[in-house]
Amino acid sequence: MTVSNVATNPEARTVVITAEFTASLADVWQLWADPRLLERWWGPPGFPATFEFDDLRPGSTITYSMTDPEGGDRFDGTWTVIDVDAPTRLVLADAIVDDDGTPSDGNSITRMEIDLEAVGDMTRMTLTTHFDSLDAMEQAIAMGVAEGMKACLSQIDALLVE
Amino acid sequence: MGAVRLTSSAGELFYNHMVVDPRERVGQTDRLFFALSDATRRDIVTRTLDRERSVSELGRLYPISLTAVQKHVEVLVDAGLVTKHRNGREQLVRGEIDQLRRAHTLLDALESVWRARLGRFADVLDKSTGKGSA
Repeated sequence: MTVSNVATNPEARTVVITAEFTASLADVWQLWADPRLLERWWGPPGFPATFEFDDLRPGSTITYSMTDPEGGDRFDGTWTVIDVDAPTRLVLADAIVDDDGTPSDGNSITRMEIDLEAVGDMTRMTLTTHFDSLDAMEQAIAMGVAEGMKACLSQIDALLVE
Repeated sequence: MGAVRLTSSAGELFYNHMVVDPRERVGQTDRLFFALSDATRRDIVTRTLDRERSVSELGRLYPISLTAVQKHVEVLVDAGLVTKHRNGREQLVRGEIDQLRRAHTLLDALESVWRARLGRFADVLDKSTGKGSA
């Protein structure tokens, strides 16, 4: 896996990340479409994620949760599926929700666009993350920053070539 | 902001999260990015980083009224991106590098979150397609 480009835009509150994988379009798509595979990479290390859905359908809402097995901290989230064009495009609104299922603070919604494209025998994935508020951005960072400290890309790449 | 390339660590951000009241922090961040969302305001910050400039001097740089420039400066003061002090009859404006650094820190931290997540993505992908060590 190679992250070939990262473009951050403070004004638009977007981060665009492009990565290439040595795998087919269909295989890369499965990592988004199969909840059992999704669970293995979405949550930070030590915060296993649980997803509940059968397929990705536009308009559907998918719930997930991430739990810290030791501290008992738990985050619940929802994905609202906005657009699906398998196996090349998926658009989601991601929100961390309160116990009653409403987005925390009412405004922590993140829009994600995932675009897949075959390039030779590789698959290019372009991920556009847009935050509708800085609140949402800070929340995303706060939840992921511990993993960011622990796991840098080179360490994971080292695991891949074992 | 294009002229300044700043980096800093996710660790510093995490530390800040622990010591600053989150609600206060969110307000600060909103003001920071709102302030940076305007091209004239970004230009004011850039021009006052290397040396202080008076409000009237800044006023001559842009095709807008002095009042409009003053309003931009107030937004920047609120966001902590510039400070203002009086020198005789002049109001001097000085750019504050630390706040700019903070904006970059946030985006850098976010980037590292996604890089780590994509690392896991690649790991799962390799195993699911039988290419990895599994």
